Amino acid sequence: MPKPPPTIRTEGLGLRFGGRAVFENLSLTLEGGRWTGLLGRSGVGKSSLLKALAGLQEESNIEGAIRSDDGAPLEGRITYMAQQDLLLPWLSALDNVTLGSRLRAGRAAASAGRARAESLLERVGLADRAADRPGSLSGGMRQRVALARTLMEDRPIVLMDEPFCALDAITRFRLQELAARLMANATVFLVTHDPLEALRLCHKVYVLQGGHRPIGPPIQIPDSAPPRSSDDPALLLRQGELLRQLADLEAAA
Amino acid sequence: MKILRPLIIAAALLLVWQGLVEATGVPPYILPGPDRVFAALMENTTLLSNHALVTLVEMLLGLLLGAALGMAGAMTLAYLRAIRPWLLPVLVVSQAIPVFALAPVLVLWLGYGLASKVAMATLIIFFPVTATFYDGLRRTDPGWLDLARTMNAPPAAVLWRLRVPAALPALASGLRVAAAVVPIGAVVGEWVGASAGLGYLMLHANGRMQIDLMFAALFVLALMALTLYFLLDAVLRRLITWQPEDGRTAI
Repeated sequence: MPKPPPTIRTEGLGLRFGGRAVFENLSLTLEGGRWTGLLGRSGVGKSSLLKALAGLQEESNIEGAIRSDDGAPLEGRITYMAQQDLLLPWLSALDNVTLGSRLRAGRAAASAGRARAESLLERVGLADRAADRPGSLSGGMRQRVALARTLMEDRPIVLMDEPFCALDAITRFRLQELAARLMANATVFLVTHDPLEALRLCHKVYVLQGGHRPIGPPIQIPDSAPPRSSDDPALLLRQGELLRQLADLEAAA
Repeated sequence: MKILRPLIIAAALLLVWQGLVEATGVPPYILPGPDRVFAALMENTTLLSNHALVTLVEMLLGLLLGAALGMAGAMTLAYLRAIRPWLLPVLVVSQAIPVFALAPVLVLWLGYGLASKVAMATLIIFFPVTATFYDGLRRTDPGWLDLARTMNAPPAAVLWRLRVPAALPALASGLRVAAAVVPIGAVVGEWVGASAGLGYLMLHANGRMQIDLMFAALFVLALMALTLYFLLDAVLRRLITWQPEDGRTAI
């Protein structure tokens, strides 16, 4: 029985670049094994927060603490998926999926994980494109390879920064379903600017407002298991309300 | 048509040249027609190929050494941050000194043989290779570096599996420039002081009014330079297939 995915808490987390505070005193809980969504207008610090959780911010810019409930450090237990697919153009789709072990332990280790990487590519529907370079794949395919690479890391914490926003509506819809199914057991933090995406996929959704009181209480979500159906009237009603709330925030800022 | 076009251009230029010589009646010791140059080429094949071989070796050794030193220089600049502010101004200032002005000194120090010409060629291509490769190493996509960090990649892996491959298209454009200018280094070295090589042969023929031989040597030199450039270009394009349009230098 593997360890359950950890719950992560930020305690009084602050981030500043130079003299400018992006946010201060932020307390947020990412529940173990569940999806937490974060909305907010652009430039408010969503991606900066995600990078802080991923350990990609300079220590000197961070105040407060990021803790997990099992007390172990987050380093080495995180996988990160960005808005860009970040595929290496000189590697095949398959080699991109095994990039993690290739970087950590070289080519031999990467080929040891080949069978699993192939099965992951099959699950994202790209079994027949394994040998192709990213240059010959479409945007949606590339993002699916990136999803397979994220899954290949097989880590309990997944941090995703607008992973589907560059895709067309249909591809986005299908990738959301796929990701929700394949990452159902991880502690997932999803930064997005799409209220419907957050409402469909997440157990809890927050809005980041920045400044001194950076985050409010969680948004109410229909009480069903994600991925929720995109034509659920209750969900669409919430989406409408949420959009208005975000627009008001934007106007106030 | 695509293959034929350069041949047609060459033929037209030769015709214009021949026509000009016939029409103006310029003496052959000023400007020989292509027929005389071709005759000189045929009469002196052994002489020309002996000297061409010397120049070719100089060019290849210079290219190899200059490329290796240039790459090492770029890696040093990219990775030893403490050295960068000291090395960068030296490099830039060194470019303000015309390499041609250094040629006599190099011949004085390294002698009339191969070494001074290889040194000239190396000097002339060191900078373009360093500059382009360093630029490529600096411009690794920050997203890739973030990704590598979350994957706990050790620094050596980030260098060899991420930054260096990502910089290869930039390095390739530096190497193309290097291939185009390396004959200049070799020939200038030969002009200043040599006992063999096409540059030496041209100077020698010029002094003896063998202008047709001089042009023949020039023709062989141009042929070698073009062949070197296109061979290198083909090899680089075969090695770096993921960015076919990027990093190509137009000549």
